[in-house]
Amino acid sequence: MSLEVEASVPDRDVEVALEVAEGETLAVIGPNGAGKSTVLSVVGGLLRPARGHVRLDGRVLTDDRTFVPPHGRRVALLAQDPLLFPHLSVRDNVAFGPRSGGAGRRTSREAAHRWLAEVGVEELAGRRPREVSGGEGQRVALARALAAEPRLLLLDEPMAALDVAVQPALRQTLRRVLAGRTTVLVTHDVLDALLLADRVVVMEGGRIVEAGRTADVLERPRSAFAARIAGLNMVRGPWLDGAVSGIRGIATGPAPGAGEPAVAVFRPSAVAVYREAPAGSPRNSLPVTITEVEPHGDAVRVRADHLAADVTPLAAAELELAPGLHVVFSVKATEVSVYRI
Amino acid sequence: MPRWLSLPAALGAAFLVLPVIAIVARVDWADFGTLITSEASRQALWLSLRTSTISTLLCILLGTPMAMVLARTSFPGQGVLRSLVLLPLVLPPVVGGLALLYTFGRRGLLGEELEALGIHVAFSTAAVVMAQTFVAMPFLVVSLEGALRTAGQRYDVVAASLGAGPTTVFRRVTLPLVLPGLVSGAVLAFARSLGEFGATITFAGSLQGVTRTLPLEIYQQRETDVDAAVALSLVLVVVAVIVIGFARQGRSVL
Repeated sequence: MSLEVEASVPDRDVEVALEVAEGETLAVIGPNGAGKSTVLSVVGGLLRPARGHVRLDGRVLTDDRTFVPPHGRRVALLAQDPLLFPHLSVRDNVAFGPRSGGAGRRTSREAAHRWLAEVGVEELAGRRPREVSGGEGQRVALARALAAEPRLLLLDEPMAALDVAVQPALRQTLRRVLAGRTTVLVTHDVLDALLLADRVVVMEGGRIVEAGRTADVLERPRSAFAARIAGLNMVRGPWLDGAVSGIRGIATGPAPGAGEPAVAVFRPSAVAVYREAPAGSPRNSLPVTITEVEPHGDAVRVRADHLAADVTPLAAAELELAPGLHVVFSVKATEVSVYRI
Repeated sequence: MPRWLSLPAALGAAFLVLPVIAIVARVDWADFGTLITSEASRQALWLSLRTSTISTLLCILLGTPMAMVLARTSFPGQGVLRSLVLLPLVLPPVVGGLALLYTFGRRGLLGEELEALGIHVAFSTAAVVMAQTFVAMPFLVVSLEGALRTAGQRYDVVAASLGAGPTTVFRRVTLPLVLPGLVSGAVLAFARSLGEFGATITFAGSLQGVTRTLPLEIYQQRETDVDAAVALSLVLVVVAVIVIGFARQGRSVL
């Protein structure tokens, strides 16, 4: 294992253990305040955990006796804001890492040009940071982080502050340069996780609640957060009489035993909305109160607490759907997958 | 802004500007050249510029680390320490001069030790510099500490993650980022040194060519030759204006 982290930070109620293989990208996702940034701080050497250790390529960075300061870790950080040094040109920003590593002025500048070209903004070399756009700035910041030749790259929501329009291109660049690099990526964007990460861990309340290959986690989420970013409805409960909290579905994988914790998962587009429960229907019927109605693609998304249904605009108008209205969400058992957690 | 605020604002401005106009109006222009080029005047001006420059450099050398310690660390008693560092700001300069005298003077706290080393500071040019540094240092520390707090540590964290050690970060990132704050602090310190009177006359005395700086010379002349005192005052005003202009220029370039 290239990166091994085990940390307990009681002040922030964070307790995690995770590993990242050589060349692998691990996405850390979770709601705000879940402790994702704390994990990055521990790995980057900005925070010393009460107990635990951080090892990178077999070298101890943090444990009970050792604490390597941030500049000695070879762990580069790319945050939401590019944070380019405003008093240095773009070129000298990127050359900062090599210079700090003891390389000469000329070698560092050559390295800077190489990395600027790698992320596609070599023509900006002579500019001042205030003369580049947000997307360009983040590319420069990426080049600067890579030029320091880190053993580990930490990305803290690298695209959260950018225009939606420039995100796809930067995501492609990241996908290219992250290949074969050991990386920890904190994100709340499902596309980032899907396109950039090999594996994903889901954090909630300072704990890792779910981990696995990105595609598996998104297809069969076990945590409410993973279900939400995968765009799926999830109901949790004990498995009783072939149903989870009264919702019947198709068991995928080994069937849960009676009373075992299980989840029922279904897509919002599989949900039909009625003013009153259809009589004698074999469908699952869930009486709910609408909390939100909003456009969603070419459909209308109807939210009721943690559940969502997608209906056509016409249906939404005919049913006069509005927040506060009591309706019934109805979903066929064949559209629901049920599994153990 | 409520419009009526303009009235007290104008009153305040008049109160600050009128005295300067009064000085200019009182100047004896016919003899101005001779008055400010007399031996005593030239010596006083030269001494003032020299000592103020040295004390400003001392403020930068000692005040910058103090501002860093106050802005970037936390330890028990830091609040008390900050108050003590800022004390000269509110202390009457004469009291400061007395305090210096009882520290570095012949019979002061460190007097015997300095005597044994053959160092006599009281009533020397060094004493002028010390008096100026004493009263001017808080200006630099306050200004720079504010700039450091405003700049925050986000850039420092990034620089460290790129492999830069604390000294490199301080030299290549922290200092350049707070340079405007450092410059304005240094300008304030220089201006305060240039105008220093009370602590200087108490601790360093008024010896022509050795400790009699421009403000002391003006005070001296005021008794015997009012025209000379007024002419020198105008010189001090002009130097002050140049310093402020310089500072503004410097800040807009950065």
